[in-house]
Amino acid sequence: MPNTKPRTLFDKVWDAHVVEQLPDGTCVLYIDRHLVHEVTSPQAFEGLRMAGRRVRRPEGTIAVVDHNIATDSDRTQPIVEEESRIQVETLEANVREFGVPYFPVTDARQGIVHVIGPEQGISLPGFTIVCGDSHTSTHGAMGALAFGIGTSEVEHVLATQTLLQKPAKNMLVRVDGVLGTGCTAKDIVLAIIGKIGTAGGTGHVIEFGGEAIRALDMAGRLTVCNMSIEAGARAGMIAPDDTTFAYIKGRPFAPLGEAFDHAVAYWRTLAADEGAQYDTVVVLDAAEIAPQVTWGTNPEAVLPITGVVPNPADEADEAKRVQLERMVSYMNLTPGQRLTDLKIDVVFIGSCTNSRIEDIRAAAAVAKGRKVAPGVWALVVPGSGLIKAQAEAEGLDVILKEAGFEWREAGCSMCLGMNPDRLKPGQRSASTSNRNFEGRQGPGGRTHLCSPAMAAAAAVTGHLADVRELV
Amino acid sequence: MQAFTTLTGVAAPLPLANVDTDKIIPARFLKTIKRSGLGVHLFDTLRYDETGAERPEFVLNQPQYRKAEILIAHENFGCGSSREHAPWALLDFGIRCVIAPDFADIFHNNCFKNGILPVRLPREVCDRLIEDAKLGGNARVTVDLERQVVVRPSGEEIPFNIDPFRRGLMLGGLDDIGQTLQHAPAIDSFEGREKSEKPWMPEISGV
Ligand code: SF4
Repeated sequence: MPNTKPRTLFDKVWDAHVVEQLPDGTCVLYIDRHLVHEVTSPQAFEGLRMAGRRVRRPEGTIAVVDHNIATDSDRTQPIVEEESRIQVETLEANVREFGVPYFPVTDARQGIVHVIGPEQGISLPGFTIVCGDSHTSTHGAMGALAFGIGTSEVEHVLATQTLLQKPAKNMLVRVDGVLGTGCTAKDIVLAIIGKIGTAGGTGHVIEFGGEAIRALDMAGRLTVCNMSIEAGARAGMIAPDDTTFAYIKGRPFAPLGEAFDHAVAYWRTLAADEGAQYDTVVVLDAAEIAPQVTWGTNPEAVLPITGVVPNPADEADEAKRVQLERMVSYMNLTPGQRLTDLKIDVVFIGSCTNSRIEDIRAAAAVAKGRKVAPGVWALVVPGSGLIKAQAEAEGLDVILKEAGFEWREAGCSMCLGMNPDRLKPGQRSASTSNRNFEGRQGPGGRTHLCSPAMAAAAAVTGHLADVRELV
Repeated sequence: MQAFTTLTGVAAPLPLANVDTDKIIPARFLKTIKRSGLGVHLFDTLRYDETGAERPEFVLNQPQYRKAEILIAHENFGCGSSREHAPWALLDFGIRCVIAPDFADIFHNNCFKNGILPVRLPREVCDRLIEDAKLGGNARVTVDLERQVVVRPSGEEIPFNIDPFRRGLMLGGLDDIGQTLQHAPAIDSFEGREKSEKPWMPEISGV
């Protein structure tokens, strides 16, 4: 019997991948694309080896190094830090042994796993995409169902090309209207997290829709979906449309010629049906979103840049008050202090949230003709080798370097304290990454999340600043 | 994976919400290529000061909780990064069960894969258990997965819900790859059907 109930985008992609449904409702879900990196895979390959299993579908798998590698050094030289080197060498041995396609650090296509998937046409609409990394949600911007998994599940996908999963609930986040000047996709997603909270999406897959989302380019959509995990959602998705198809066309691993047309015809069927039901609906007005910046130690602790540090004493719930007090003290803030009065030591423009060419252009537009404030260490880390080359072809590196920014090789860099780029204890950063947890950018470091334009504004003024006053 | 049937042990109170996986195990300890040995870095920044000395006020540094097997926390436990190093670190320390009002999805999944039982109980019940746990080493809590109850030191039994499929895997200590591979014929025919219905679907080749 045909299924006539109107379905959401998530429902359609899910249904198309159910291999089998077990009696209790758990599904064996087929996985089209498996992205692998050095940090969460060694124990998975080790498990395969111990059980005498092979990688079921190497041609649906791609491996890359990103988390561990230094971004300031000559890529042909061996990695200095021993444990990092061992992790990278372990991945290289594993991809060789199991026949998995791989972009090594010396390949121009190397970059952050969530940047290169879309860039190479590996992440496509209607696909199920997984990776041992929570920000796999990024790829949902392509109209895919993409989510992070743990290492045991990495092993499970390597061995079976499937996962055992139960369907998620559907949430629609609709952003109506038009964004104001100086506001970006990053501000939209921070405002969403501020509204629904870091656990607001738990158990749900979020579909982002509405005029303001439709108006975003692919870079912006990737930014929004990237941070859906920070709202606790299993995944974020955006229905594929002409913007998506234009982006995909001609990418190295995307379908070509006639195959592309067939693919587009299929991809057009993925949008939610008229009357599809969502378990939860949240609506925002883009016109009301000002440039956002986080002040505390989770992404929900976010405010418009015009705001002031909240006073924990105003919070009635005791547990929440204790948490706010801890945030204020960890971040070394004073209640009532204006956010624009916070002096910045480090500016980091990069990460799978905001390291695409459009992000670098936005930063360069603010940096142009200005200088990084004295005492501020500012670095720009492109998301892939190809983005770096593109930015250099456009002369953006020159603009940024003249302004006093450091220009780096591709990698995760200061998004997480796992490679040489780290905050020192007590340092305060403006960062375009996605997590401001205690110690995320280095033990004792204090992170303020914002958009690339806002980060560049902080770099040139030396404090958190309203980019609208600089454009 | 070690089976989980019944566990009776010391419970450590950790009355914090949004305990993220960076807090459970900071990124700088993810460079291992093994699953074991992470227990010394569990809750590293909460547990040790800048010089590496133990912070005496942190719960797991207190003598009565050093052998805790159960952890009781507040909302949204395990949010953030997908790192399975978080349950590995808990397990390596000796924690086999975490009780909280709710858990972040990926962490929740990862616990089951490693024989750690995540138990969801309402906030006020967690708070009562935290009061029990504060009594220290004499207050032993039992988590009985077969009967699906938590037994307080007073003997009061608190029932909890759990996904029956996962309960079965935990009770049997089963490897779910082996389970899934029993469906290999269905996976084969799914792949065959996809190939014929979507011949345009590209593969990653010639890298
Ligand atoms: S850039 Fe940051 S969030 Fe993204 S994959 Fe790397 S470490 Fe994870």
